[in-house]
Amino acid sequence: MQLARVIGDIVASHKDENLSSLKLLVLQPLAADGSDTGRTLVAVDAIGAGVGETVFFVRGKEASFPFFPTEVPTDAGVVGIVDHWDLG
Amino acid sequence: MQIARVVGTVVATQKHGAFEGAKLLLVQPLTLEGQPRGTALLAVDSLGAGVHEKVLIVMEGRAAGEALGRKGAPVDAAIIGIIDSVDVQE
Repeated sequence: MQLARVIGDIVASHKDENLSSLKLLVLQPLAADGSDTGRTLVAVDAIGAGVGETVFFVRGKEASFPFFPTEVPTDAGVVGIVDHWDLG
Repeated sequence: MQIARVVGTVVATQKHGAFEGAKLLLVQPLTLEGQPRGTALLAVDSLGAGVHEKVLIVMEGRAAGEALGRKGAPVDAAIIGIIDSVDVQE
């Protein structure tokens, strides 16, 4: 899992039926110091996150598990909203 | 998932049985600014996307197989949405 900031969202009215009613968020992954790192990506939202929030997301097939038994065709999903994090 | 633009169609007569009847498109991943990013790749399409359209693609095997409706298909990318708009607020 990785930290990210939600920087936008996507509207796609014609999409896979197992994605219908799901929110699609644009994420910018973050480094431990909070700076941007790596490529932006699109993820499904499993917890009600919105633009401007810091979240953590999971990559891979596991991103569809929150929607089980619906087989959501996704490779990334937001699974938590981060309140804060500290570096030791 | 990544934002991409459909840049071409691919025809292959001889292919694995799981591809039978599936549409193969050549897609170019894009940055949020719409610039090409990385190498174009092949994605299966069951939505009816066309050349020049902006789409959402998954790049993970099992998700792509599900989008195609064929579990265990030897695919690693699929078009799962046709994008109306991208709203980036930062």
